Amino acid sequence: MSDLTTSAPAAAPKPRNQWLDVWAQFRTHKGAVLGLGFLAFITLFAALGPTLWGVDPGDLDIRNKDVRPIYHMLFDSDAKVSWAHPMGTDNLGRDIMANIMQGGRISLAVGWTAMILAVFIGTLVGVLAGYFRKADGLLMRFTDLVLALPLLPLLLVMMLLFRDPLRAAFGPENGIFILIVVGIGITSWMQTARIVRGDIMALKEREFVLAARSIGTPSRRIITRHLLPNVLSPIMVSATLGLATAIITESALSFLGLGFPSDFPTWGKILFDSVDRMTAFPERVIWPGLAISLTVLAVNYIGDGLRDALDPKIRGL
Amino acid sequence: MKLKTALMGAAAAVAFTPLAFAQEHDGVRGSSGHLNIIYWQAPSILNPFLSGGTKDVEASSIILEPLARYDNTGALVPYLAEDIPTVANGGVSEDLTTITWTLKEGLLWSDGTPVTAADAVFTAEYCMHPEGGCAQLSKYNGVENVEAVDDRTIRITFATPQPNPYGPMVGGQSPILQAAQFADCLGARAPECTDANFGPIGTGPFVVTDFRTNDVIQLEANPNYRDASKPAFATVTFKGGGDATAAGRAVLETGEFDYAWNLQLAPDVIQSMAAAGMGTPVSAFGTLVERIEMNLTNPSPDLPPETRSTAAEPHPFLSDENVRRALSMAIDRELLVEVGYGQAGRATCNLVPGPEIYASLDNTGCLVQDIDGANALLNEAGWIDSNGNGIRDKDGVELNILFQTSTNAVRQDFQALIKDMWDQIGVETELRNIDSSVFFGGDPGSPDTFEKFYADVEMYANNFDGTDPQAYLAGYTCEKAPRPETQWQGENINRFCDPAYDALVAELQQTADIDERGRIARQLNDMLTKDSMVIVPLVDRGRVSAHANSLGGVVLNTWDSELWNVADWFRIAE
Amino acid sequence: MLIYTFRRLLISIPTLLFIAFVIFMLLELAPGDPMAQMPLTIPPEVKEAMRIALGLGEPWYVRFLLWLNQFFIVEPQHWIDQAFGTSFAEGKQRIISFQSRSPVFDTIAQRLPQTLWVVGMSYVVGVLIALPIGIISAYRQYSVFDQAGTFVSMIGFSVPPFFSGVLLIVIFSVQLGWLPSIYDTTLVVNSWDTFKQQMMQMVMPVMVLALQTTAQVSRYMRASMLDNLSQDYVRTARAKGMSESVVVLKHVLRNSMIPVVTVIALGIPSIFGGAIITEQIFKVNGLGQLLILALQGSDIPMVMTITFLLAVLIVLMNLIADVLYGVLDPRIRYE
Repeated sequence: MSDLTTSAPAAAPKPRNQWLDVWAQFRTHKGAVLGLGFLAFITLFAALGPTLWGVDPGDLDIRNKDVRPIYHMLFDSDAKVSWAHPMGTDNLGRDIMANIMQGGRISLAVGWTAMILAVFIGTLVGVLAGYFRKADGLLMRFTDLVLALPLLPLLLVMMLLFRDPLRAAFGPENGIFILIVVGIGITSWMQTARIVRGDIMALKEREFVLAARSIGTPSRRIITRHLLPNVLSPIMVSATLGLATAIITESALSFLGLGFPSDFPTWGKILFDSVDRMTAFPERVIWPGLAISLTVLAVNYIGDGLRDALDPKIRGL
Repeated sequence: MKLKTALMGAAAAVAFTPLAFAQEHDGVRGSSGHLNIIYWQAPSILNPFLSGGTKDVEASSIILEPLARYDNTGALVPYLAEDIPTVANGGVSEDLTTITWTLKEGLLWSDGTPVTAADAVFTAEYCMHPEGGCAQLSKYNGVENVEAVDDRTIRITFATPQPNPYGPMVGGQSPILQAAQFADCLGARAPECTDANFGPIGTGPFVVTDFRTNDVIQLEANPNYRDASKPAFATVTFKGGGDATAAGRAVLETGEFDYAWNLQLAPDVIQSMAAAGMGTPVSAFGTLVERIEMNLTNPSPDLPPETRSTAAEPHPFLSDENVRRALSMAIDRELLVEVGYGQAGRATCNLVPGPEIYASLDNTGCLVQDIDGANALLNEAGWIDSNGNGIRDKDGVELNILFQTSTNAVRQDFQALIKDMWDQIGVETELRNIDSSVFFGGDPGSPDTFEKFYADVEMYANNFDGTDPQAYLAGYTCEKAPRPETQWQGENINRFCDPAYDALVAELQQTADIDERGRIARQLNDMLTKDSMVIVPLVDRGRVSAHANSLGGVVLNTWDSELWNVADWFRIAE
Repeated sequence: MLIYTFRRLLISIPTLLFIAFVIFMLLELAPGDPMAQMPLTIPPEVKEAMRIALGLGEPWYVRFLLWLNQFFIVEPQHWIDQAFGTSFAEGKQRIISFQSRSPVFDTIAQRLPQTLWVVGMSYVVGVLIALPIGIISAYRQYSVFDQAGTFVSMIGFSVPPFFSGVLLIVIFSVQLGWLPSIYDTTLVVNSWDTFKQQMMQMVMPVMVLALQTTAQVSRYMRASMLDNLSQDYVRTARAKGMSESVVVLKHVLRNSMIPVVTVIALGIPSIFGGAIITEQIFKVNGLGQLLILALQGSDIPMVMTITFLLAVLIVLMNLIADVLYGVLDPRIRYE
């Protein structure tokens, strides 16, 4: 972007586009660019993969069970490998690559949606409680209440009350998806809320907020222009950690029989199901484990890069 | 030549004698040291009358003993009793209404006091107390009176003739308690006696020294055990918790434990663990059958709760016997066994797979998968894919099946396999798995219990205690169907109803002759399975446990507690 | 501040009663049943009699009031009896678990040692490692140390314990045979040898749990430090000629602690809630295992008591965190 700005020195000093600056700064963060690249790759892999690969992840082929990934040929020429299954097959002969792709769709969708929901609720509650003293007591006691609720019975009750209506309204898969996303979302916003509230309480007594208030800036603008940008970094951390938690929580839910039907692969579930055979078939834990870890790592670096890019001091303004 | 063979035989016998002796312990109590047992479900309580859970019953069976137990062949062997009373030896009256047991002479409780008939009388009173909530009450079905004829003689009188009078105080579920210890714990006061419930005084080979609920039990040899040379182990640690994989690993791979109970793991996982060479998996068969139950009533959510899944609304397609039969024919049971149970499973078409006298051995028609036959059968019955969506239909009803089961790795594999098999005959399946605490919970408010059966088919396993299937088969009579009026309780979850079946059950309840009982039971079994396909048995599930190679004397028993002969276990010298 | 604390404590009482009520109703609505773990061979009518013997025949409000009475009156009376040899609780029923038919508090007391040893220790270890990592990572942003710290903590956080725990067992117990895979809760530490044994059995679960805590706390510490390091007051302090250690450790650290205090305070109740999966993998059988077994068995008195005790801790810890905000940043005022 820098050459774009320098190539037109003769032009009138037009105000530079803020977002272009942000992008320019973001690009200097190597980790962030790599992270973005990986995230784009894994998203495309999951979104387009199943169409290109064309193997149904649920297809059983019991004669071709326990096929090893193709690279096993390199060090073990007797290994049972097949080009039809480059990542191998599981104990029922399901293609692992197709499962990782399909699982990625669900895991990423659940992870992102649940995380965004949790961060949104958490930030909203945190800002309101931190800024408006009157709301603080009630909102924070409510947060205490939700923190105290045992997760398992809560989800069971949600299942009981909403599964059939949602199934009727959105179909079996979407109904369960909504239920899981909402279930994870509404049980994981509390930490964000308390952190944001703590920071807001400290920030709103700072000079720049007092100054803004004294010139009559309305509360809404103080919050959006002055407070929110300053609590962005803990929110970013919450979001990164939240994404990992959501993906893993989903697998814990399927384990408890509260998640997707068993013929729906997700990264967490593939990992969980493969732990018993970890020593014999390490690839079955490595692929989903890598997918989860690298996605979380990528999001973390993007968060880092974004924070730096959005910080006017670093951008040198 | 002959002489030579004989001599060689003798030599072989001599050579093997020391080995044979090595297979027995040296006959000194406590000489084998310490025994470590792991149960991946941790015992909560050591009083089997207050908890029917298998883990609790098995843990208490090394402390408390009944009059008689089933051995590994399913035959009764006397424990506290001198012998097994029968009509032939006069112990059971001709009219089958009384049974008289005689205690062994000189029996002592672990605290040194004598065991008397009064203890047995008290145990009956304890369990039959109306406010006690005794888990083993059904063992006392039909008991009118239990009396002590003298110090060693117990007479049990039944209200009606009992073809199988070996319910009360027989088998691991129904042992004898010490009257002195539990005297103040009758009825509603049962839970107040924590010390007694956690450390019952028994006659078994071991005595509790420390009990931590849901965690660990420490035991030591009973100084007053009736056989002075047993048990071989001086102390026992009985650890609970974790999962089956971890328990298997602790015995087979790390050797930290000597015995692991009920390794419900895929066969390839057990095999790879056993390859480490520290221990041996053992398996045995009982009466546990994994089956698919067909819902004969309509579970559609569009129906009002009063009639949904009740006899008022017949199932739109499963009420057609041809559909049920085709679904059964499409299943490759051998494949299921191979994937899920290995050596611990056998494909079966029977609801009652044993004991031999009750097993319908000629019912083997379902063992071979027959996709073509199933397709032909459905075509013939008018179930064809008329709208070209890949799913068979008839009169606007599509063969869409909701298939539910409890959450468990093997069951989910089975679901996937069966879905695939049914796919091949044009039947679409939606899978659902439910947490077992909900599925088996029986909460009438929940839509997900197996009794309520708000699905088309469901899969689980069931068995019966001991060796007599009468009560088990009687569960499928018309009035045992769960419905709103019974708070959705009842064993007949298919809502199967056939007056001929009910009549035959009544006949079984009156029949004493063992061969005749076998014939009737087999007929009942066939009515439910091959004749009507209401129940589709899949696998006769054995039990797999594992013991360390250095632990001797283990005989796996599926008819009673696995720890039935723990007194005979010993450490094999290196 | 004192008045604020006192008022918050007073408000806590109705809050906690309300929480107790909500938890009870939640458990009441949940579709589990204590008879679910009984074998199917027990006929339905016997199960019904067992339910009634557990007191489940009573309507919910009777059972709720009974629990309140037992929790707030009978149990304290029982403890007074234990301590002073009085007999207030004579003949009164304590809170009894459905599963073990024994007093719930006795079981909880039995579980506390291993929970504190393993979960508590891992928390302390995790936080003690996390704080310096967070501080150094922020101070030397994008250094090799920071990159490595970020990488390890993010991988550590995104690998679920059901995998990392089993991986450790496979490596250290099965392959190498160095560490026990099963935690011995009966071990009494009274000598150097038993202490060593205790350490050996704690290493793996503490490692798994501490990794999670470290990852979380160090990320928040780093982010918050970074925010503060670029503030004007830091420049001012440096300009005044203060030493770097004073600037970083006194000014910046203090101002960066607010989110970290929040996270740590939220984590303490979860120590007592145990670590369900990790406890199960290593057979630690602490409070987490107790709670999950009680949940699976629909042991309402046990679940109710444990979750309520956790609620008390949550309310208390959040109160402490709020008070600490005021100490860390005197501009935060509560009137």
